[in-house]
Amino acid sequence: MTTTTMAKSSRAVKVLNTIWTWIKKIPPVYPIFILIFLTVGFLNPNYQTANGIFVFLRRASPLAILAIGQMFVLSSGGFDLSMGSLVTFVIVGSSMLLNNDPEKAMITIVIMLGVGVIVGLINGVTVSFLKVPSLIVTLGMLLLVKGVAMFWSGGAPRGYFTDNFRIFGRGNIENVPIFGKFPIALLIMIVIALLSYYLFHKSNFGKQILAIGDNVRASQLSGVRVRVIRVLAFVYSALLAVVAAILLGGYGGISTNVGDGLEMQAVSAAVVGGTLLLGGKGSVPSVVFGAFTLEALFNLLNLLGLPKPYKDAVQGLIIIGAVAYVALSTRKKR
Amino acid sequence: MTEEQNKTTVLRKTQPEPLLEVRNITKRFPGVLALDDVSLKFMQGEVHAVVGENGAGKSTLMKIMAGAYIADSGEILLQGKKVSFSHPQEAHEQGVSIIYQEFNLLPERTVAQNIYLGREPSKFGVIDIRALNKKALTVLKELGADEMISPTALCNTLSVAEQQIVEIAKAISFDSKVLIMDEPTAALTLVEVRILNALVSRLKTRGMALIFISHRLVEVFDIADKITVLKDGQLVGTELAKDVNAEKIVHMMVGRILDHYFPPLGKKEDFGEVVLRVNNCSNHFLKNINLELRKGEVLGIAGLQGSGRTELAQALFGVMPFKTGTMEINGKTRTVKAPSTAIKYSMGFMTEDRKAEGLLPKQPIRDNMLLTVRSMQSILGNIFNDGIRKSRKMVPTLAKQVDVRTDNYDREVQFLSGGNQQKVALSKWLASNADIFIFDEPTRGIDVEAKASIHDLIRGLTKKGIAVLMISSELPEIIGMSDRILVMWDGSIAGELPAKSTESDVMLLATGHETNNHSNKNDEAGKE
Repeated sequence: MTTTTMAKSSRAVKVLNTIWTWIKKIPPVYPIFILIFLTVGFLNPNYQTANGIFVFLRRASPLAILAIGQMFVLSSGGFDLSMGSLVTFVIVGSSMLLNNDPEKAMITIVIMLGVGVIVGLINGVTVSFLKVPSLIVTLGMLLLVKGVAMFWSGGAPRGYFTDNFRIFGRGNIENVPIFGKFPIALLIMIVIALLSYYLFHKSNFGKQILAIGDNVRASQLSGVRVRVIRVLAFVYSALLAVVAAILLGGYGGISTNVGDGLEMQAVSAAVVGGTLLLGGKGSVPSVVFGAFTLEALFNLLNLLGLPKPYKDAVQGLIIIGAVAYVALSTRKKR
Repeated sequence: MTEEQNKTTVLRKTQPEPLLEVRNITKRFPGVLALDDVSLKFMQGEVHAVVGENGAGKSTLMKIMAGAYIADSGEILLQGKKVSFSHPQEAHEQGVSIIYQEFNLLPERTVAQNIYLGREPSKFGVIDIRALNKKALTVLKELGADEMISPTALCNTLSVAEQQIVEIAKAISFDSKVLIMDEPTAALTLVEVRILNALVSRLKTRGMALIFISHRLVEVFDIADKITVLKDGQLVGTELAKDVNAEKIVHMMVGRILDHYFPPLGKKEDFGEVVLRVNNCSNHFLKNINLELRKGEVLGIAGLQGSGRTELAQALFGVMPFKTGTMEINGKTRTVKAPSTAIKYSMGFMTEDRKAEGLLPKQPIRDNMLLTVRSMQSILGNIFNDGIRKSRKMVPTLAKQVDVRTDNYDREVQFLSGGNQQKVALSKWLASNADIFIFDEPTRGIDVEAKASIHDLIRGLTKKGIAVLMISSELPEIIGMSDRILVMWDGSIAGELPAKSTESDVMLLATGHETNNHSNKNDEAGKE
């Protein structure tokens, strides 16, 4: 009898062990998100309804898209600080191009995506061919893009966004089974996340981004086209910034300071989602939840009545903490 | 020549007191005994060369004397007094200076500023530039280099030899009694070497003790009064330069027991057609390289540090391409300007520094194994044709081929042992179907058992008709593995030796004895 109980208990231990190894594999961002989101929901009953959750997810979608783009660049060992002002540029520029004419919505979006490609190309080419650190290149691009936007609009963009332009940011798909209303912004985010998932985790593009971020020299010696991959990562990041800008503009309307600090929010969200600063590690689903976590955290700070500076300070802590983590873990290895 | 005989010839001059003396120095690094009970005397007005193979302990000894390392046991005596340096600065202040192979000059500062860096003469709290330049000029005059180098010249405008003179001037300005130079002639042209020699004799007459490490025996005989040979951290002996010849020194440098057995060498019928032919190729480092590599053979590339072994591999693989000459791969003339081109022509390169150049430490075994295959495929193609799943199926086969035992291919390679890391690095070239393999130091830093299995793997490759070019600084490995041996010296191929040549044959060529080259070859031919 004793043997059977022992066998039983050892089997139980085995099962527990496998469960534990599974649990250990779960990235920390998921439990953290659930914890914060539950707290927010507890403090604010609005979040207890499906509608409230959708509002939250729609609000978080642009940040999630930005964070995915940022993650592509971070994983390759770079930084894209020009995202925020590119968002401003797209919003201000779209208002100029649209000029209150709904007919021009389509062409405006196409032109702005083109601008994204150009900005990404300049970033990427300067980084990979002229070998300038990406921090500096994209910091310069931040000023350049913002300056051009301000110059173009004279600092005060005119008009309003037409409804067919705003629909991406604030529209809903009505009568969806189960959900009822489903935000278009969330749908766009999900589509982009799926596309990015395939690019990053299932294609040679993503594998080679990680290879470069992990060890450029080894990648080059193994035939990886380092420059091309780097340029493409910057282009993808800029393109996603344009998409995020269209969603943000649709949701919040025209303003010349929407983009301010978004690049840092994107870095923070990516880092919370387990992306390694200086490259080598990243995951699309985790980064999406990183963005959700950050958004929930901002809501929480709001609910607690803490003013905006706290939001900045928290982001600062997250980024410094992440860099310190990388530095410590690499030093341990030496 | 046996070791006992060598040891009895150690000179014991007792008359004058040595300027610098080391007694029973022992230094251990993790896994190696770098210096084992070494005692040496350095006299005033004497040029003392310390020679030995790679890893003989020369540099460690120099660094201990200059205060960069601290010995585990033993003592250093400066002019008869016991000293202990805990920092290079202390050694410097007491009159022991060292000039490394890599100079420590600030490129954007003038010669004078570099010589008196950190101790500039000042007036009213600001640097007195006029006094600074004057002082520097005096030092340069002492060296007889005042006409060659101006104190106000920027260091980045100087040639290598001139920069070296500035380093020497810096040492003189400290009033150094002992000057240690690490491979001072490595980057110099013949004319520059003469200038340096003249300078050294000048310093000799000043009563300094000069110590230098060199791989170049020809130059050692030109300049040194005494030659000390180290081997595997032990003192073999010290000889007066005029009493010995190069052959004797080389014999003192080599010879050891093999620590494991090598797989049998290839047989004549195993060797196929020439797959890689290099005709008169040169770049800024390499001169007139000619070589042929055949299917199924291991071509060993020997040579001392700085002889151009790694540079040869990098040139062949397009990392640092050849500027002139032609290369034929599998019978077709090809230009290889980048690693990706070399890979396209089915070459594979196992780098010397596996952590820095061979692996993606944070990526799983799987992605490391497939890195090369993926870089040969299109960037986006796999989304649609499911290639990534196809390539993943290769992983277990590859692991079996290189004998990496793990059931978890998601493990990051940084957590693997050195031997397994090397095997993973190798597997990515098996995956890409390379048929010309370049191995640069294939067994550096891995344990004996893993070494043997890497050697077996290399032989296994040649049995499949793969051509292997193997670079190694370990002579037993070169001799144990190679079907032919090319010896490099000074950026060119000094000569070719047949399989099973002796370590002395290799060392003679590797230390620049071109004159003996022919007789050596004939000897070997006679033996065959």
